[in-house]
Amino acid sequence: MRVALFIPCYVDQFYPQVGIASLQLLQKLGVQAHFPAQQTCCGQPLANSGCERDALPIYRHFVDTFHRYDYIVAPSGSCVYHVRQHFDKLAQTPEVQHVRAATYDLIDFITQVLGVTELPGRFPHKVGLHLSCHGQRGLHQANESEITPVRDGQLRRLLASLDGIELTELDRNDECCGFGGTFCISEAAISARMGQDRVQDHLRNGTTVLTGGDMSCLMHLQGLIRRRQLPLKVLHAVEILNGISC
Amino acid sequence: MSHSARAATFVADAERTTWHDETLWFVRQKRDKAVYAVPEFQQLRELASQIKDHTLSRLDEYLQQFEAAARRNGVHVHWAADAQEHNALVLDLIRRHGATRIVKSKSMLTEECHLNPHLIGHGIEVIDTDLGERIIQLREEAPSHLVLPAIHLKKEDVGDTFHRHLGTEKGNHDPQQLTEAARQHLRAKFLAAEVAISGVNFAVAETGGVVICTNEGNADLGVNLAKVHIASMGIEKLIPRLTDLGVFTRLLARSATGQPVTTYTSHYTQPAEGREMHIVIVDNGRTQQLGRPDFRASLKCIRCGACMNTCPVYRRSGGHSYDFTVPGPIGAILSPNIDLKKHSSLPFASTLCGSCTDVCPVKIDIHTQLYKWRQVLAEAGEIPTAKKWSMKFMGRFLASPKAFGLGGKMARTGLRLLPYQLTHATAFNAWAVARELPEPPQQSFRDWYRETVR
Repeated sequence: MRVALFIPCYVDQFYPQVGIASLQLLQKLGVQAHFPAQQTCCGQPLANSGCERDALPIYRHFVDTFHRYDYIVAPSGSCVYHVRQHFDKLAQTPEVQHVRAATYDLIDFITQVLGVTELPGRFPHKVGLHLSCHGQRGLHQANESEITPVRDGQLRRLLASLDGIELTELDRNDECCGFGGTFCISEAAISARMGQDRVQDHLRNGTTVLTGGDMSCLMHLQGLIRRRQLPLKVLHAVEILNGISC
Repeated sequence: MSHSARAATFVADAERTTWHDETLWFVRQKRDKAVYAVPEFQQLRELASQIKDHTLSRLDEYLQQFEAAARRNGVHVHWAADAQEHNALVLDLIRRHGATRIVKSKSMLTEECHLNPHLIGHGIEVIDTDLGERIIQLREEAPSHLVLPAIHLKKEDVGDTFHRHLGTEKGNHDPQQLTEAARQHLRAKFLAAEVAISGVNFAVAETGGVVICTNEGNADLGVNLAKVHIASMGIEKLIPRLTDLGVFTRLLARSATGQPVTTYTSHYTQPAEGREMHIVIVDNGRTQQLGRPDFRASLKCIRCGACMNTCPVYRRSGGHSYDFTVPGPIGAILSPNIDLKKHSSLPFASTLCGSCTDVCPVKIDIHTQLYKWRQVLAEAGEIPTAKKWSMKFMGRFLASPKAFGLGGKMARTGLRLLPYQLTHATAFNAWAVARELPEPPQQSFRDWYRETVR
């Protein structure tokens, strides 16, 4: 099984520890993932700004980089959703079709492809889960409150399998954090307010470690947390699952 | 003015924003409870979606069938291509009866056509009889929500408004007493009205009848007291058969307010003895939207407002920030069809979280359409110039691994070395208005990988 690791542009530059944890966790599960050095970005920031046409060279570069692998795995539901959903703008060659189908979010890859349902480890903290909207509603990584009262999802179950962990129950289970890509700049006031409300929900319900599958949401929330110096530690879920202690 | 500018004004009042957000979230929760209680709710959504898709696919036939059936029932049917024609038609009907006093129950279509100012300008008294509508009419404001038009106002605001216009006691904010004052005031208007105007929730092609759903019964009071009933409807209000109606009435109220059904679901099929009933069928841009395959599904909307209640952006920016008759996510996909330039910022007033799509009772792919409108807007040059050029640059930059590696290193180094005041200067960094930038690591992942793994 040839597995490529796709590390989203901002994770590569600002959160290398998330990339390292992704690689190590896959290794522990018996997968030797390879990081193709020429990779850059999935093009989502451009497309979400309406500039799909400007993003096409990035899409092509992505396909050129990854089409020889059996799976392309990324610690970001949002980028994966983008590749799967919006690479429909390329001519649908076999390479493009393969890349769209074979690109997986890391958590989905672990649970669906590898069939792993629990992980060894201990994390004795009160953990609040923030699932990205693209992961949750786009990739169906968890039940949606719009549809059912049952709260379930792959990441929730993986985290719950750790010893000593306690998952926070939020007032608004799957409310958006307000990041939204370029939305966080073009609608800065609403974006900040949404994030602050999200953080307050976690604080109110006792979260001490805030986690999720998408570093982009977490980057935004962490920025707000640090500005107000709130008592919340922010970690990507893969860091926790890989056995970080704090 | 863009949505973000208007939104920033609304959200600046933190307390009111909290209240607005919590009030609408409460409605969303009521909706959830009502929806969870119906095991076949998702099948109902699918069925409703299919009925609407089918109806839109042969709208011309159903409109003709509806017209013929309505005429057989003794109803006068009129057609209006746009708002102007609609308003002229309605004014003409009113004048033909020598009427000057009109009561009007809730109708987003007449809002869309700006009927009130048109009639008032011609010396006609028009009274909105829905309580929320009446409140904002007194304040000379537009509705800020489809179902809860005055949801942006607190009871204190209403108390002040009623004190000024209806003579209630100053400082009296008691909802029950205010409602009673409105009731007394409206009763006189109902009794005096010569013509009643209403909207239409559903028009049944098979029977030629229209269905109006209200919680206050105000449409019924108006229609049953006045000599003439004028019902205004958009061409998309049709459903094929009476048996289809139950699907929609089960979805509408649950999605809107969490009620099993609206308090009054009234059928109007033919005028009573000695009375007149008119139906005005309005296009006003709808066939144009029907002709846009990517956005056609927006015409399936049954105006329940669920997408607004669930939208995290709408809840914090208020309906007026959309500056369009229909606000919120659905408004943001309807409005560019009407005026692409004026409403160019609305499809960007979303994080594309997709909750709107998931609550929509007729399964409109709202967030997908928002994404598609963004592409249309950028192609038409209707996005800010700075964004346009920075995205062009990003396109080149991100397609080149070399440029990306180097640029990333420069950004990290810059962030580490430059003074905080500069990197976090809010004048040119909107991110830093409320947030810290990430702490730049010494090494990127790719650098670590090159050194460690190879």
